[in-house]
Amino acid sequence: MTNNTNETSDTQENSVSSGFSIGSLMRRPETGSIIGLIALYIFFSIFGGVNFITSGGTASWLNVAAELGIVAIPIGFLMISGELDISIGSMIPASSMTVAIVSGYYEAPMIVGIAASLGLGLLVGLLNGILVTRTAVPSLIVTMGTLFAVAGLTLGISVILTGSTSVALKSDDVTKFLLGQFVGGKFQVTIFWWAAIAIVCTYLLHFSKFGNWIFALGGDKESARNAGIPTNKLTILMFMGSGLGASFVGMSQAILYNSAQVSAGMSFIFNSIIAVVVGGVLLTGGYGSIFGIVLGTLTFAVVNQGIFYTDFDANWASLIIGVLLLVAVLMNNTFRRMALSYVPRIKRKVK
Amino acid sequence: MTSPILKLKNVNKSFGPIEVLKDISLEVSSGKVLCLLGDNGAGKSTLIKTISGAFKPTSGILEIDGKPVNFTSPRDASDLGIATVHQFGGTFPLMSIGRCFFVGEEPTRRWGPIKIYDRKKANEVAVKAIKEFGITRIDDGDRLVGGMSGGERQALAIARAVHFGARVLILDEPTAALGVKEAAHVLRIVLQARQKGIAVIFITHNVMHALTVGDHFVVLIHGAIAADFAKGEKSREEITDLMAGGEAMAGLEAEIASYSLNNEETNSAN
Repeated sequence: MTNNTNETSDTQENSVSSGFSIGSLMRRPETGSIIGLIALYIFFSIFGGVNFITSGGTASWLNVAAELGIVAIPIGFLMISGELDISIGSMIPASSMTVAIVSGYYEAPMIVGIAASLGLGLLVGLLNGILVTRTAVPSLIVTMGTLFAVAGLTLGISVILTGSTSVALKSDDVTKFLLGQFVGGKFQVTIFWWAAIAIVCTYLLHFSKFGNWIFALGGDKESARNAGIPTNKLTILMFMGSGLGASFVGMSQAILYNSAQVSAGMSFIFNSIIAVVVGGVLLTGGYGSIFGIVLGTLTFAVVNQGIFYTDFDANWASLIIGVLLLVAVLMNNTFRRMALSYVPRIKRKVK
Repeated sequence: MTSPILKLKNVNKSFGPIEVLKDISLEVSSGKVLCLLGDNGAGKSTLIKTISGAFKPTSGILEIDGKPVNFTSPRDASDLGIATVHQFGGTFPLMSIGRCFFVGEEPTRRWGPIKIYDRKKANEVAVKAIKEFGITRIDDGDRLVGGMSGGERQALAIARAVHFGARVLILDEPTAALGVKEAAHVLRIVLQARQKGIAVIFITHNVMHALTVGDHFVVLIHGAIAADFAKGEKSREEITDLMAGGEAMAGLEAEIASYSLNNEETNSAN
């Protein structure tokens, strides 16, 4: 080795944004989603009236965004690395039911229910990851298999154990405070969890070497493996991440609403993909950002909830989301092309 | 004559009953370019993969610095300084130049209790390294690799391999997808790598390119070495004939000649 890549660089300068310019802004994957979010927010502020801007209105879309966002971030990781996970659609109700059956029906301590629920998510993620890396079957198909398998198991086992498809859950004060409280009576505590997860994942994806590996994996798997990246391990870990994200959402939903149902969560499959794609992640992998995914999630939530504040029929929301998705993809393509052909204006250092 | 860095002795490789490589012996020394010529399906790729640790030879010995080695993975080979650059450079179009350069070897710096990717250092090193190979157009390591030309990407990949201590550089058809000018650029980079004392294995089916940079030539036909000669020992025509299997090419050329003759006759008849 001719160099010393590890540690020590005595440059204490901030490496983020050495020069802020329109050019560098245009190169970022989330530029399109910022514009979209602002435009839609203004649109719904005008047509939705005062109620949309009040704390109640804000809470309504932030709550939706938080639940979706916690799933969308790990899905974004997977999509950047070129994979997909749709099994989250049944992971969410499965983990809701797990915590409710363990801690509600069988009255085990909450911590046991939470651990079982998150553990289930990790387990299904592990299974997905192993199946995808070992069989080389596209992850869409593999996770579609686990989607239905987990859904079936959840229904079957719930009926066998409890004789019902819906179970009540009474949680203790600490868990309620941490996972199921409404801050200020309106804002779900999951918003804060989402923010924390987004910050940690921003570090992981953009400031740690693992992030670089994920981009490389999505860019060209073969080359990434040749560069010495443990591609299989990384893929399995990311599937476990999305399983964990989904089970966290399912578990916190059960705690928040004091009950769990067998069928809730299928909408998360498409919604998370929409949020991630609107957020500027390339479907084929190799490009995207956590900030963009967060913006995509907010955009989705604003449309989804904002429609109720307007005079329009709520059915139009799907139309808006559909058009939004198409526009977002086209816009993102344009921005990506600009990023690729970007040549900096002469700002050469004087030597 | 320096002793060879990499030596293959009677290497065979078969997949089940199919023999892909038959009794291959060759060697490369520091600061020399070995050109591996062969038509499609001659076994070039299998040979590269065997040298770079992706395949295990069925029999025969690989030696590095005179010591027999046994690769179980490409990682083993790269640890011993064998680097492979593929046709499209093994680069990631949507990653920045700095990030791409350091994939798998990311520089980090401490930021409080956590380690963060050192973008500034990565960019500086990467830009400097590709400058050494004559790419002066690029001075911003944040630019995306996809914005570079094919030749520049090859330069990036070669600079990367050299930076991380490659002693044997395997270039798998680096000029195949490039235009005339770009290809010339890559050939210059190959010579620069050679000047740095790196042993280069240059795979191509372009005889002109091979003759420009090669010190030694090996022609593969059906997985066996058909010819093994030094620079200046054979003419371009001889090499082309060898690659195509000799007679076949001569026959084909005669056929083409007679066809164009026929064309002229019909044209003049009209």
